[in-house]
Amino acid sequence: MSLRQREVARRLYAKELNESTLVYKEHEDTYAPQYLLTPTGAKCNRVFVVGALTEKENVGVDSDYWRARLADPTGVFPIYAGQYQQQAVTQLSAIEVPAFVAVVGKLNVFRTNDGPVKVSIRPEFINVVDSETRNRWVLETAEKTLERIERLQLDNEDAAKVRDYYGTDTSLYVGIVIEALEALKKEYET
Amino acid sequence: MDLRELAEDIRARFLEQGVTVPTSDIEQRLNSLVYDFKVPIEEARRSVVSYFAKLHPKEGVASETEVIYAKIADINTEDIWINLRVRVVQLWEPNSPSIAQVGLLGDETGTIKFTSWSNANLPILRDGQSYSIRNVVTKSWQGRFSVSLNKASEIAPLDEEVAVGRAEEEISGAIIDVQSGSGLVKRCPECNRVVVKGHCAEHGEVSGVYDLRVKGVLDNGEIVSDVLFNREMTERLTGITLEAAKEMAMEALDQNVAADAMKAVVIGRYYRVRGNKTPRWLLITDFEELPKMDEDEIDAVLKRAQGRL
Repeated sequence: MSLRQREVARRLYAKELNESTLVYKEHEDTYAPQYLLTPTGAKCNRVFVVGALTEKENVGVDSDYWRARLADPTGVFPIYAGQYQQQAVTQLSAIEVPAFVAVVGKLNVFRTNDGPVKVSIRPEFINVVDSETRNRWVLETAEKTLERIERLQLDNEDAAKVRDYYGTDTSLYVGIVIEALEALKKEYET
Repeated sequence: MDLRELAEDIRARFLEQGVTVPTSDIEQRLNSLVYDFKVPIEEARRSVVSYFAKLHPKEGVASETEVIYAKIADINTEDIWINLRVRVVQLWEPNSPSIAQVGLLGDETGTIKFTSWSNANLPILRDGQSYSIRNVVTKSWQGRFSVSLNKASEIAPLDEEVAVGRAEEEISGAIIDVQSGSGLVKRCPECNRVVVKGHCAEHGEVSGVYDLRVKGVLDNGEIVSDVLFNREMTERLTGITLEAAKEMAMEALDQNVAADAMKAVVIGRYYRVRGNKTPRWLLITDFEELPKMDEDEIDAVLKRAQGRL
């Protein structure tokens, strides 16, 4: 049994995840958890995302290897589940597209030799949820993103790293939050 | 520990109770007992303490009030000697013969784990009874505090009942995992422990009694909490009753199907839960699925975002 604290599942929009490229470990230990530090300063090892499953395909040759796409109001989370995510594979194969699903997972970071860093989600669990849960996630993620933007002004190690590495234009991410919330509001009006 | 240190220790103990005894007097008596009468050190200590305690009888209630009782919520340092006024909240099965009793003690401010060691030969604490327990040592393991009852501890039952602060907590978030050991489980009829493959850690092979539970992980994006739903709460949370779970297991010839069915209901959903805090678990006493969102909530966050542009 691991004595290491369980990693918090961070909330962030697809657009932010897809623009994240800063990967680091807190110490050199081989088993030290790897984190992806995002442009607003979310320190992600595990994430919790809710959205619409828009595509799924078993692209494995000899064994199951599922590729899926999960859309939120800002973009798409790429999802890959293979033989070591048996639970997620079973769930994914049973879900009909499109559907609102919640995904708990860890991050995969691919670094190609010359190309950019690509981030995807390696799901631990996938579950079909209702639209209410999906809406709540959109709102919660807006709040969490704003809180992170507010904390970026603070004088701490992660904030400094984010400023140095990304030089984040926070108004861009505030804009994404506003867009997501306005889309959500529209759903409530109709 | 040499006799000088022991003497200092005893003097300090008396001083805490407002009694001044010269160290030299204590040391002299200790020396005599240990070297002249070949008494074991522990017995010598006891003899000296009781000798001086008799010389300085406590003046009834007045001296009693001089004892300073610590509050459980204030315990934040390891290896200090304190006194507690507590009620026994829970007794667990000790997992070692060297432990006489283990469980939870509570006062108005919260609860704390206690261990009473067998070699201390202390009176047995009764579940639900309130006590004044003097001279216990604080311990810490993995950041959690407990108290250890030892040979120097003094236990006196109280007539009045100590109110136990339930250390209630209310949190909301999404359940993002259901841990193994959830669903349909069997408990030992003797000690109520969950049995694994028909085997109780304490009582060996037993025919277990079926029970339901969910060991969930509630995550709000900042903090992860372990939340424990008992049978009643589990049935309400998942809509799966004990009877239904048994039937499912029987049909599938697999005890795990109930847990899988529960996962499919709860993972990814948002809840507000209330419960009593123990060092590791929040024992759920009530919960609700988060109510339907309204537009005002969205507007509030929208306003906050627009304020940052």
